[in-house]
Amino acid sequence: MIHFLVHDKKDTVGVAVVEGIKAGQQLTGWLMEDDSTVTVKAINDIPIGHKVATAAVKSGDTIWKYGFDIGKAVADIKVGEHAHTHNIKTKRW
Amino acid sequence: MINSKTTFMGYRRENGRVGVRNHVIILPLDDLSNAACEAVAHNIKGTTVVGHPYGRLQFGADLELHFRTLIGAGCNPNVAAVVVIGIEEEWTNRIVQAIAKTGKPVTGFGIELHGDHDTIMRASKVAKEYVQWASEIRRVECPISDLWVSTKCGESDTTSGCGANPTVGNAFDKLEPLGVTMCFGETTEITGGEHIVADRCATPEVRAAFMKMFDRYQEVIERHKTSDLSDSQPTKGNIAGGLTTIEEKALGNIQKIGKKCKVIGVLDKAETPTKPGLWFMDSSSAAAEMVTLCAASGYVVHFFPTGQGNVIGNPIIPVIKLCANPRTVRTMSEHVDHDCSGLLQREKNLDQTGDELLDIMMRTCNGRLTAAEALGHNEFVMTRLYESA
Repeated sequence: MIHFLVHDKKDTVGVAVVEGIKAGQQLTGWLMEDDSTVTVKAINDIPIGHKVATAAVKSGDTIWKYGFDIGKAVADIKVGEHAHTHNIKTKRW
Repeated sequence: MINSKTTFMGYRRENGRVGVRNHVIILPLDDLSNAACEAVAHNIKGTTVVGHPYGRLQFGADLELHFRTLIGAGCNPNVAAVVVIGIEEEWTNRIVQAIAKTGKPVTGFGIELHGDHDTIMRASKVAKEYVQWASEIRRVECPISDLWVSTKCGESDTTSGCGANPTVGNAFDKLEPLGVTMCFGETTEITGGEHIVADRCATPEVRAAFMKMFDRYQEVIERHKTSDLSDSQPTKGNIAGGLTTIEEKALGNIQKIGKKCKVIGVLDKAETPTKPGLWFMDSSSAAAEMVTLCAASGYVVHFFPTGQGNVIGNPIIPVIKLCANPRTVRTMSEHVDHDCSGLLQREKNLDQTGDELLDIMMRTCNGRLTAAEALGHNEFVMTRLYESA
């Protein structure tokens, strides 16, 4: 069972691809770039399609997905934490 | 598998373009003429009203776009014949004369000096002749290079960038070498990935034209914004689906142009491409506006990837929906033409889902109704540039 996808080795977040991920659950991820497996333990419930942090980042750090910059952290984010609008913002507009 | 010998059964029009549908449309010039158009379509079965709320007191570039959109819709090869109704004859005739250049039957009616009753009666008589004439047109075998295919995604979520959008990209990479004419757009939804699109432009001139269009739209945002747009771009549906920033949405969005296709040219809104290959069209990212512009540009079939489940259709072009979100596929299955959720569990690869999408596309072009057509989705939404005078 694949719980989340990670596009690129540089990425700091993965995407939940199954419903019902609960806090405390051990998650298996598919790193698509090199077809390898990564694991994290979920700190929060993660709805399908939402992101889970795969690396610890500090507030102000760039968030990477697809190997590209998708915005900046506005709070410290721990590995396994739900990563969304409450702790990430756009750098544009 | 498609190749250069692949054919489909289409409607070859008087000007050589090929359609995959055989619509007789009743086209209002303006908001005031919708009621008469609807009455004609009620009288004459098998006609389609292409209703809209605009066309009065527009001016300048906004008026030109209004005409380009209506004329383009009428010229689209999915349309066999057109009845145009406007409040007055002069602008009505401008639409009629432009559509007539394609060689297809078109007649216009002005309501002033006649009233709705007389206009509806006269227009209905013509519409009846057109429907009976069009019903005898037969599909003929056409090479795949006669196809024009557009794409735009909507109610996207993170699964769009993982599954549905790269499936379109895989299909586009396979269609490009076969001489198919394609387009993508959604100018603001490239924000954060504009450097990637710029790098895919075929020549420095195309790159400069793309960046000019991109910067022009950014200026519109800068002029009118009251915040960082986080209340509208990403949309509430996008955010519910897990998309956080415009950059993330953009990087998912541009998966639709595949890995190989070069951008060979740039179109302004509703402009018509002049050669095969992948075009960028400056456009709104609102689903119905963008698909309407694609119809006005002459595209005949549309790929619409969705994550959270957009339900859009169009009266001119069949809109093929594909989705990789297993929850959406389960809860909104009646809207989904192609389920590519298997990608997310590594049960399928992009080559497989891309081929499956092309198979659905060929069946659609041969006459199979899309989910949106069967459900009666006919969203025709014209893009406005600014206030009326």
